[in-house]
Amino acid sequence: MHGRVKVKTTAQQEEEKRKEREKKLKVYVAARDACFSKRKDGVFDDEALQLTQQLLSANPDFATLWNYRREILTHLETVKDEDEAQKIYEAELSFLESCLKVNPKSYGSWHHRGWVSARLPRPDWARELSLCDRCLSLDDRNFHCWDYRRTVVKMSGVPVKQELDFTDRLIGSNFSNYSSWHYRSTLLPLLHPGSPEPPPSRCGGDPPHSCSPPSPQTHFHRVCEEQLLKEYELVQNAFFTDPNDQSAWFYYRWLLGRAEREEMISCAYVSREQERVAVAFSRPVNAQSGGLLLVLDGQPQRVEWRSVHPHFKHSPVWICDLPPGTISDVANEHNLTVHWTEKHTHRDCALYTGRSESWCRDTATDLELFRSELSVEKTSVLQSELQSVNQLQELEPLNKWCLLTIILLMRALDPLGYEKETLAHFQTLKEVDSMRSAYYSDLCSKFMIENTILKMEYAEVRVFSISDRNLTTLCHLDQLLLVTHINLSSNQLRRLPPQFAMLQCLEVVEADNNSIENLEGVYHLPKLEEVSLKNNKISTLADLQPLASCPKLRRLDLRGNPVTQTANVESELAELLPSVADLLL
Amino acid sequence: MTGHMKKNNALKINNEHVSSWSHDRASSANMATEDLPSDFDIVILGTGLAESVVAAACSRVGQRVLHLDRRSYYAANWASFTFNGLLTWIQEQNEEPKPEEVRDWSGLTEEGEELIHLSQADSASITNLQVFSYASEEEEEEEEAANTTEEEKAADEDAVKESSETESADSKEEEEEEEGAGEEEEQPAQAEGEEPEADQPRPSPSGQLEPSRKKISYTQLVKEGRRFNIDLVSKILFSRGSLVDLLIKSNVSRYAEFKNVTRILTYRHGNIEQVPCSRADVFASRQLSVVEKRKLMRFLTSCVEETEEQTAYHGRPYLEFLRDQQLGDNLQHFLLHSIAMVAEDTPTEEGLASTRHFLRSLGRYGNTPFLFPVYGLGEIPQCFCRMSAVFGGIYCLRHSVHCLIVDRDANRCTAVIDSRGQRISCSHVVMEISYLDRSKVATPSKFLSRAVLITDSSVLPSESNQQISMVTVPPEGESPAVKMVELSPSSMTCIPGTYLVHLTCRSVGSAHQDLSPLVTRMFRTTESQEEDRRPSVLWSLYFNMADGTASQVEGQPLPSNVHICHGPDSALGHEDAVQQAASIFQSILPEEEFCPPAPNPEDIVYDGDNTSTGEDRGDMGQDDEQNPEQNQENRNQNQENQNQENPDPEQNQNQGNPELQSVGPEERPSSS
Repeated sequence: MHGRVKVKTTAQQEEEKRKEREKKLKVYVAARDACFSKRKDGVFDDEALQLTQQLLSANPDFATLWNYRREILTHLETVKDEDEAQKIYEAELSFLESCLKVNPKSYGSWHHRGWVSARLPRPDWARELSLCDRCLSLDDRNFHCWDYRRTVVKMSGVPVKQELDFTDRLIGSNFSNYSSWHYRSTLLPLLHPGSPEPPPSRCGGDPPHSCSPPSPQTHFHRVCEEQLLKEYELVQNAFFTDPNDQSAWFYYRWLLGRAEREEMISCAYVSREQERVAVAFSRPVNAQSGGLLLVLDGQPQRVEWRSVHPHFKHSPVWICDLPPGTISDVANEHNLTVHWTEKHTHRDCALYTGRSESWCRDTATDLELFRSELSVEKTSVLQSELQSVNQLQELEPLNKWCLLTIILLMRALDPLGYEKETLAHFQTLKEVDSMRSAYYSDLCSKFMIENTILKMEYAEVRVFSISDRNLTTLCHLDQLLLVTHINLSSNQLRRLPPQFAMLQCLEVVEADNNSIENLEGVYHLPKLEEVSLKNNKISTLADLQPLASCPKLRRLDLRGNPVTQTANVESELAELLPSVADLLL
Repeated sequence: MTGHMKKNNALKINNEHVSSWSHDRASSANMATEDLPSDFDIVILGTGLAESVVAAACSRVGQRVLHLDRRSYYAANWASFTFNGLLTWIQEQNEEPKPEEVRDWSGLTEEGEELIHLSQADSASITNLQVFSYASEEEEEEEEAANTTEEEKAADEDAVKESSETESADSKEEEEEEEGAGEEEEQPAQAEGEEPEADQPRPSPSGQLEPSRKKISYTQLVKEGRRFNIDLVSKILFSRGSLVDLLIKSNVSRYAEFKNVTRILTYRHGNIEQVPCSRADVFASRQLSVVEKRKLMRFLTSCVEETEEQTAYHGRPYLEFLRDQQLGDNLQHFLLHSIAMVAEDTPTEEGLASTRHFLRSLGRYGNTPFLFPVYGLGEIPQCFCRMSAVFGGIYCLRHSVHCLIVDRDANRCTAVIDSRGQRISCSHVVMEISYLDRSKVATPSKFLSRAVLITDSSVLPSESNQQISMVTVPPEGESPAVKMVELSPSSMTCIPGTYLVHLTCRSVGSAHQDLSPLVTRMFRTTESQEEDRRPSVLWSLYFNMADGTASQVEGQPLPSNVHICHGPDSALGHEDAVQQAASIFQSILPEEEFCPPAPNPEDIVYDGDNTSTGEDRGDMGQDDEQNPEQNQENRNQNQENQNQENPDPEQNQNQGNPELQSVGPEERPSSS
């Protein structure tokens, strides 16, 4: 057809582009080589500044050149007066702006900007802040910019309120922005600090131990309740609008809080027969680093503390052996005190005449033990939160975030009362989010163990029985220091982990019908007499090696394990475990 | 759904500043005496949107296009006017159409040809024009200002008088207006306070002084009238509608800039409420409970895809479907009236289609699905005209065609006789329906009712005064659903301190009957007590415009190569016009692509060695490949096109170089 506008063909365009690129490359390589040789010669002149600028505007990720540039600038600073330096650095800032336009996520550019801003004789922080505003409005998840913003805010003392309003704006325009939510979580405690709660009255009764005042860290992340309620409303708006957006849920979890347990000695146990003291702490510690002092009848003792298993440098349970003969006479009464000097806390324990063992501890209530997951003090607040999340669950029955949050809220409110619902929700979770079913199983195991511990505490017995609950993992074993009988039968356990060695009073283990193949944790248990491991997956004699460390073991049931098929198993076992009299294969 | 703009959405969305692209209507060059070429492929009459798109599409693929409009401005009923331009337009509309002189053109016809006479004026598409002014007249003026005031005032009074002559029922309204004006005069202090500012184009006095009520006077409206761009039709662009797609695909978008419509509002129980439609809106909404938020989001996500549940409702009203979703009154209202924007009895499948159209457009450029062109809707037809001109289309305003010459045997139009009496042969004619002789067109059966208001504040004031709002007013009893667009000065359609409000509905009675009750409810038209926070109307215009979709050609069928474009339709978007243009293009050039991307200026080859181009088309710069300087020059010229200046006098209008051309009028329409 006539009159048509003629356009270059694709091949022509390609060729032109190729030539252009070649030309550019030549220039680039030449400039780069010139820069390198100048740097080698220690030249710090304006020309070098020019050259690096030319190269960096083409490729802002050339770290060596930024370094060279900083060398030049520091040199120039020494030869110029302040006004000139100010000018040079201001020019540097506007050059950096053009680099950020090329690549807004360039490590080199942002780092250099931070460096320049810090050296600028008269910094213009307002300008820097507005640069951050602009960058974040273009890409609200540019973490380089977030980092830089925090630096600017810190250097220039921007009011916290202003920054909080900034997060309001960003969240308002797009709440799928964890950076903003997280920033909020660091600002709120500064702006609306929570009033420190009175120390919980957990040290009633005897023996009295000193309640150290709550450390500032404990309450550092607290936010006052009035503000908290507003935040709940905000975040609910987000997860009701889009329940699949995880950033809101994470923030919600933070709001609900995570109490830090008071650091204390939760239990001290003394056994006359073993002449041994075991101490349990509220969190894993390293007792070897010092700070733990044992006083027996007013006399400080030189003892060697060791963790229950060589795997642990930090452990919630530590044991020590007293010098032979110190407490072995049943006719004597002894008073023990364990001092944790670091934390200014201690625990007393009296071993009365005629008693073979004694312990002292707080009656563990559910509140202290496990509600630490969520720290909102007020049940009414949790109750209303549960209500609204339940409302969401009715609308979105298969939303995993929602289900998980319900479980957490239920546990914080009444772990035993909600046990049935919790289990049902876990079942749904495993179905809707099968990729994480193992995580949910472990979490569920943890909660079941917690519940069983509570039940045991209420019953005031030393028997821990949790059979047929689909356990996949064991935890909270430090709470079972005093347990003598444990029944773990018919679960899905694959090992008795090193933590199992914390069960210092254990006499009988029943762990039939699991998938146990590893017994690492049955290690130096001084009182262990019976181990039943029917129908597990112990396959080699080496797997049974840890049992050899238990001096009193006399009955072992290995029926239904592959190891029973090993040649000469009986004689091998007799050699490995000479104390076992009653061996069932 | 993240809101930031992707590069491939190649549309200039300018929400920060507005470039100073000269907005003068393509002015005519002094080449009036030159004759037009006597041979074209396609002659197009009328510069409305559909006609302009056809012109661009045809020129783009190498057709020789002659594009004429008998009016003195571009874009026909799609035009935007300055305030003063609008006053002139109103005056023209009120003039009696001249009796059409019938001249004998038989000297220009040949054996076997007959003539179809065309209409020389559009007298049917605009009716019931009424103007009301509520702004103070401002008597005490400086001398120079006073002169213009009186002049313009007179013009306005004329207009008002004329309207009251036709509609006696409105005399009461008039009295009220006068009362209002009278009260205004009793506050000379206010008027004086304004005066020193009057000479400065900005900042606006209302922005600086007391934020409450600061009246803008009529004088000011006239004085700054050039900063208004008042649309005759009120439409907006769906971000994924066919017009946006076309603008991007064809590269015509390079000639225009857009702003996001920033919010969607609805009028309900006598209140203006914001409609939460994007995810961010829903999140931020204060009027929805969290459960409603979830329900709304779930509904919006679920209706994107067709489900069996939806299919079950086919043929049944959308309202019924919504009701059964247990959404509650609030959400039902939003979904029906503001998102789907359909009637209660619209079938479900149609309602869902509208909802999906809305949702597809959401989040492409901003928080609402809509865009508005900076400087008004009249820009868009002009952009297509410019594209046509760049590819050789020739433009004449105030220039029309007297009659078509039809080959009786073939029943095809072979030529036209233009208003200068020149015979111009062509293979196709495309024309706006109003060019047809009135005997051939049925009196429009359907009309749109339009109101244009200049107000002093927003219907829903917010922190930002840069809002562009789409307001849906659901039908109530007999009154039809009204679509309202409120433009802030940021759209470059009104002066600082004012808002431009467009109301549109399907006509039941006259525009005034249909819309003034709503206007008096939503706005202050009289001076009332202080606590009245409604915006005041400074000036208003009512008129009816023919609904293009209802116009029909009557009598003998037209020759097969004469294609008719009907005017603007009642829908909110531009789907209808684009569809029309595409189908006309398709029937003219079935083998060609519709508006392929225009090449970048640097990719255009200017060499003349191609045999077919050299002769009748541009022969400029024949050895450009060897002459980069000249090539560069061409590029510069191309860029200058964006300024829509007069064509370079050195350029011959027949040259095929990509340059916007406009040819001056020979005879000016007597009306102006």
